[in-house]
Amino acid sequence: MTVLSLPKRSPSVLPGFGLTMGLTLTWLSLIILIPLAGVFIKSAGLGWDAFLALATDARTVAALKLSFGAALAAAAINAVFGLLVAWVLVRYDFPGRRIVDAAIDLPFALPTAVAGLALTALYAPNGWIGSLIEPLGLKIAYTSAGVVVALVFIGLPFVVRTVQPVLADFDKELEEAAATLGATRFQTISRIVFPALMPPLLTGFALAFARGVGEYGSIIFIAGNIPYRSEIAPLLIVIRLEEFNYAGATAIAAVMLVISFALLLVINLLQAWNRRRIGFTG
Amino acid sequence: MQIDESRAVKAALIATSFLFLGLVLILPLASVFTEAFRRGAEPFFAALIERDALSAIYLTLFVAAIAVPANLVFGLVASWAIAKFEFPGKSFLVTLIDLPFSVSPVISGLVYILLFGSYGLFGPWLIENGIQIVFAVPGIVLATIFVTFPFVARQLIPLMEQQGTGDEEAALSLGASGFQTFRKVTLPNVKWALLYGVLLCNARAMGEFGAVSVISGHIRGKTNTMPLHVEILYNEYNFVAAFAVASLLAFLALVTLVLKSLLEWRYGGELAASGRH
Repeated sequence: MTVLSLPKRSPSVLPGFGLTMGLTLTWLSLIILIPLAGVFIKSAGLGWDAFLALATDARTVAALKLSFGAALAAAAINAVFGLLVAWVLVRYDFPGRRIVDAAIDLPFALPTAVAGLALTALYAPNGWIGSLIEPLGLKIAYTSAGVVVALVFIGLPFVVRTVQPVLADFDKELEEAAATLGATRFQTISRIVFPALMPPLLTGFALAFARGVGEYGSIIFIAGNIPYRSEIAPLLIVIRLEEFNYAGATAIAAVMLVISFALLLVINLLQAWNRRRIGFTG
Repeated sequence: MQIDESRAVKAALIATSFLFLGLVLILPLASVFTEAFRRGAEPFFAALIERDALSAIYLTLFVAAIAVPANLVFGLVASWAIAKFEFPGKSFLVTLIDLPFSVSPVISGLVYILLFGSYGLFGPWLIENGIQIVFAVPGIVLATIFVTFPFVARQLIPLMEQQGTGDEEAALSLGASGFQTFRKVTLPNVKWALLYGVLLCNARAMGEFGAVSVISGHIRGKTNTMPLHVEILYNEYNFVAAFAVASLLAFLALVTLVLKSLLEWRYGGELAASGRH
């Protein structure tokens, strides 16, 4: 640790603020901000009525519902199992723990198209898992359930990696205190540990959800892409582009961007909450 | 007094985790390699040295060779401005840099089509001057820079903020120039975090699918990157070849994970203030 920052840092004597800030803002504007603004400029050019008609088109609404619904379901599954995995990795010692820990980041490193191909091979009716569940009358590949399966893969590290450090920093003395005061193990976990894990768990859930909403590569192979049933919103953007229906593509993109930015705001608030909570317990 | 779970509960929780991770992570990875070698080694290697595959590999390397250094330089410049100085609106600026993480990859490609496509804002001007960005390599590079934009910066900013400005001030007071200070003091202080950021940035740059797919136009041998080549082969029912190229990408991901873990184990303390990811 360095010095815990002086009361209020005096103006820095370091050179280069103007230059580096200027370059940062220019590059950021050129690559990110102006291109993103283009979506809203194009949408505004459509006029409100035309935009609304495109955004509330039945196929668009179905695709948006699937993207958001599947992302929500997958984030919920990941919240449960991600918490479990984080708990096991932080609290227990078992052979191969470091390798398991490293493997959690596989979805970050594996290209999404490869993940999509692999999951399709597994869950197709002749695949390792598909052939097991088919006799039970279950079908995952080429249905909306396939979308959820792909998003569980994509979202897992977000939950584990946000919960893990908070759990590792959690003061075990609090648990000991609860136990000496007569709490059962279940009471200690549900009333002492779990509340402290709520902020990171919600943050991880929101991050996984936000990522899932926009996901494309891992889904399109396994989903079967049947309009109104297993067609996700990003794919519908691609389809509209291939039809040279730029207005249609832009309208869907604008709706998704607005919702994504709202989610980003929620995530930032959650992270601020997260930091405050750690501040109290740490 | 009970401050730990019983052995049976522990074993059950560990077993459930293993089962879940095996199902979600390990099986898909294993299936990539099994499918790739389904017909033995020969068709596997044939798929990799085929002409279109080679040009896809070449294009992927070429795009990463531009996008990664671009984001490396940006990451250093931005983190110097953000971490070493105080100014209002700092956290908002960091949020803007992180923006590409919350944008669907498909939209990351779409934005450049809306700007530079034939119906785009600058489309007519580009056509007049014979410059092609969309459905060509420049578009692929732009879309890749967009999706990998935050990787290096977000790794450096928290670390450089934690390190403060004391070392740099000392160097300056001893007569070093601003650039010397950066090169000999700041850069060595953040080198492992920089490498870490570059590693993650590179993995994403080489594996990006959605953004590149929208803007590439899928011209075989010309604007096909490796992930796009995988998709084309798959759609042609050439599964062995598709999985062969996919396994190359999966191998790259495994190498990335190993290097990343090594960095975390050896230089964990020097990597970042706010932890990994």
